[in-house]
Amino acid sequence: MKPSAIVGLLAAALPGAAFADSFLEPAGPIASGQLSHFGVISALMLIVIVPMFVALPIVLYRYRRGGKGTYRPDWEFNWGLELLIWGVPVVLVVALGTALWRQTIVGDPYRALGPDPLVVEVVALDWKFLFLYPEQGVATLDLLALPEDRPVTLKLTSGTVMQSFIVPSLAGQIYAMAGMQTQLNLVAEETGDFTGRNTQYNGLGFATQSFTARVMSADAFASWVETTKAQGSALDADGYARLLPSSVVSAPVLYSQFTPGLFDQVMAGFAPGMFQNHGHAGMPAPPAPHQGHDHTPEAAQ
Amino acid sequence: MNWELIFGQIKWTSFVFAGMIENPSLSEAIASGAGSIAVLGALATVILLTVKGWWVPLWRDWLTSVDHKKVGIMYIAIALVMFARAVIEAALMRAQQLAATEGAGFLSADHFGQLFSTHGTIMIFFVAMPFITGLMNYVMPLQIGARDVSFPLLNAISLMLTMAGAILIMVSLVVGQFSTGGWSAYPPFTGIEFSPGEGVDYWIWAVSLGSIGSTLTGLNFAVTIYKKRCPGMTLFRMPLFTWTTLCTSILMIFAMAPLTAATVMLALDRYAGFHFFTNGDGGNMMNYANLFWLFGHPEVYILILPAFGVWSEVVATFSSKRIYGYTSLVYATMCIAVLSFAVWLHHFFTMGQSANVNAIFGIATMIIGVPTGVKVYDWLLTMVGGRIRFSTAMLYHINFLLTFILGGMTGVLLANPGVDFQVHNTLFLVAHFHNMIIPGVLFGMFAAVQFWFPKVFGFRLHEGLGRASFWCFAPGFLLAFFPLYWLGMMGATRRTYMWSEPAYLPWLALAMLGAALILAGFALMVMQIVVSVRQRAQLAAPLGDPWDGRALEWSIPSPPPAWNFAVLPAVSSQDPFYEAKKAGIAYRSPTTYEDIEVPRNTATAPLIGLFACAWAFALVWHIWWLVIASFVLIWVVVIARSFATDTEETIPAATVKAANEAFLAAARAAPGVSRDREMTSENRGRALPESLEGRSGAISTGPAVEVLS
Repeated sequence: MKPSAIVGLLAAALPGAAFADSFLEPAGPIASGQLSHFGVISALMLIVIVPMFVALPIVLYRYRRGGKGTYRPDWEFNWGLELLIWGVPVVLVVALGTALWRQTIVGDPYRALGPDPLVVEVVALDWKFLFLYPEQGVATLDLLALPEDRPVTLKLTSGTVMQSFIVPSLAGQIYAMAGMQTQLNLVAEETGDFTGRNTQYNGLGFATQSFTARVMSADAFASWVETTKAQGSALDADGYARLLPSSVVSAPVLYSQFTPGLFDQVMAGFAPGMFQNHGHAGMPAPPAPHQGHDHTPEAAQ
Repeated sequence: MNWELIFGQIKWTSFVFAGMIENPSLSEAIASGAGSIAVLGALATVILLTVKGWWVPLWRDWLTSVDHKKVGIMYIAIALVMFARAVIEAALMRAQQLAATEGAGFLSADHFGQLFSTHGTIMIFFVAMPFITGLMNYVMPLQIGARDVSFPLLNAISLMLTMAGAILIMVSLVVGQFSTGGWSAYPPFTGIEFSPGEGVDYWIWAVSLGSIGSTLTGLNFAVTIYKKRCPGMTLFRMPLFTWTTLCTSILMIFAMAPLTAATVMLALDRYAGFHFFTNGDGGNMMNYANLFWLFGHPEVYILILPAFGVWSEVVATFSSKRIYGYTSLVYATMCIAVLSFAVWLHHFFTMGQSANVNAIFGIATMIIGVPTGVKVYDWLLTMVGGRIRFSTAMLYHINFLLTFILGGMTGVLLANPGVDFQVHNTLFLVAHFHNMIIPGVLFGMFAAVQFWFPKVFGFRLHEGLGRASFWCFAPGFLLAFFPLYWLGMMGATRRTYMWSEPAYLPWLALAMLGAALILAGFALMVMQIVVSVRQRAQLAAPLGDPWDGRALEWSIPSPPPAWNFAVLPAVSSQDPFYEAKKAGIAYRSPTTYEDIEVPRNTATAPLIGLFACAWAFALVWHIWWLVIASFVLIWVVVIARSFATDTEETIPAATVKAANEAFLAAARAAPGVSRDREMTSENRGRALPESLEGRSGAISTGPAVEVLS
């Protein structure tokens, strides 16, 4: 069964189409790959599930007390059945494992999805997300503006407790942790507003910690950057410090510029021992040389 | 006067009722109500014990007992009391999530945070763990033909440490707040910087006490199974429940240690300014995640393996047939036990390690599905060629087979990093682990209660109410949790006290209905026990074998005497009691009797438990004088005990002989009851073995289940 058919079936049983903002209605290749993988694994698993649902009622009926089945109280083993019940799951796990390996490599959040990605630096705060656009020089709070069809590399860290960042329609989640950097690569193939949020409990404002991922055409994105540059305020180290206390942001905030290297300073702030002048946690420290390692949430060096 | 020197950080505002006075709201009223129930429940217990004059018997016969059977019963009593609290919390959270789709609901965010934290912590550490530990305590020594565990006093100490942890969590209802960090208590959120106050400390010390108790239990049971099996009981003649107990004990020994290390390190962070898991200063919470799940994943197998053992006993007994694939089941159990240590990373695929690492742990997780799948089909094949009776325990088993493999399917889905990236931290995950733990572990324990209750108390449970309870629990579970899969796929996160997505509403309503059915099932189960106690005369089955059982525990009277076996049995096959009945040599008098030594009751364990509870409470509230005093007292008790030499008493052979011969004579004189009269008052515990009936056709008329009045 094709994954889309499974989803179609599920959808038929639903009051209204309610998938918006979930990976059930993907808006990019990563999320749609995850959805079809979901379908493939589910379909393969039916190989062990269907026999149980078929056989159990038959066995119960036939061998119920008073039923027609022959009573063999000492029957306890059969090599043919034994090979079947070990063999089928083993073969199945080989198939599932192969599918898993492929999808995990292809869907690796660290894998770049094309040349010249738009880099967005994400700082998870209580209970909001700060997005920094080093190339464009603008920043936002709780608004992730993205151009359509251009690969995006999100670099994530946290200015507070661990959080888990997700925009379900575009890609799966990854943790943002203080003093460390993780990565998430994605491409948005549809314009529109998608909900993103933190899924890792981080206190009273957790339930309302969501943001809008706004995908626009390349031109619209360019003009959005220009408008933001023209009208927003600037974000410096003091401005960042004012974001640290816990709060829920009711409407997105736009910044026309931000202190370059702010992202690295945020990370470095949690690893002062690794810097020459031993700053304190949370305080701005000298910018770290940018590290381009893949695949490990690296501590700031 | 420096009050802080005496009371630590406790203030009058620490009491839950202060919140209601200072800041009245429905949420505070519910908190105060819960606190009142805890206080009134404790008061009612005290009054009942006083009025009935039960203090002395409670102390003399129960709290100071080191008999593995009484210890087991007390473990299960703790589990049931704590279950009542945690299941009500679950229903409250369901109601809140339903009410909070359009508005804020009736619980505050903070109250909701405490609820999901206590619910998870209690269900895992103070319901599931004591339930399986109590069951293993009661049944395993009987199945291997032993008179007790290897270290009876240590066993009682494990119980009392667990009880101390449970009491501490109950105290947190009344004094102070609980953690909002969930049952896994991830730092840095649970560190002192982000969670000041006593909440996380309650979690740390309650869990630490429970985990030390479980470590000791694991050591005790493993040694017992290795050293105390009766003559002829080779490893491959052990009943499957004993096998799963052995594997669980080994898991407990190795898996509880990382948890204890993690909680102690978190405590050092919080109390002493260490930086194991803090943000910055060299701390790294990823170490906590690894340590916690190095415990946490084996933990789920610690819970499920004993339940697998129960299912093996139940399906063979109620199919009146030998278990299919005994050896296969044993190897599958051991595979699961070993593999359970190789998959912990799947709890944090989203932490940013390389795709290869994720893939390896994903595949390792799937591999566990192989032995588990084998077991499921072994149970199905056990029914083939049997004569299946649809008793309550068997209904639970059938329900288990169908729902557990669906949970297995979602487990395999979650083992895929690509899928996990989407549904991690959502209600899909919540649905998955409840799907494994409720039909697997919890219903396994309920089936075990139906199955072994007559062994423990000498009378059966009321079958009609048992089935009624099942028919609430099973559909209740489906309704309560299957909508959560869908909600999770739609992106509903866990631990969320309010929503902004109206599409969730119908599914949350279904889940609420399910929760109501589960509560009804629990009420019926309590009613079943109450009614059964009242009708114990009609339900009595003192002759010990109400279900045509197969292992040694069914060959002795119900309830068993303090010494379990008058003469240690010698076995020469699997299913020794079944074989003895088949060969017509059951209930034979032994040739000689000997004096039996049993350990004396001692106040050591309850005193250690009491002081450990005081110590933990004092730590939570920084009452340093009490920390020191109770810690010293714990060791004073240990040292004092080490001087006691007269720790055993002798039961003369004549006493044993009189009791045993009376039982054997009664058993021999009683007519065997055929399986279609099993649920009637004719069943006094002497079974007419199904395999000796030699019929395959019609069964006698008359109701199979007698309705008692």
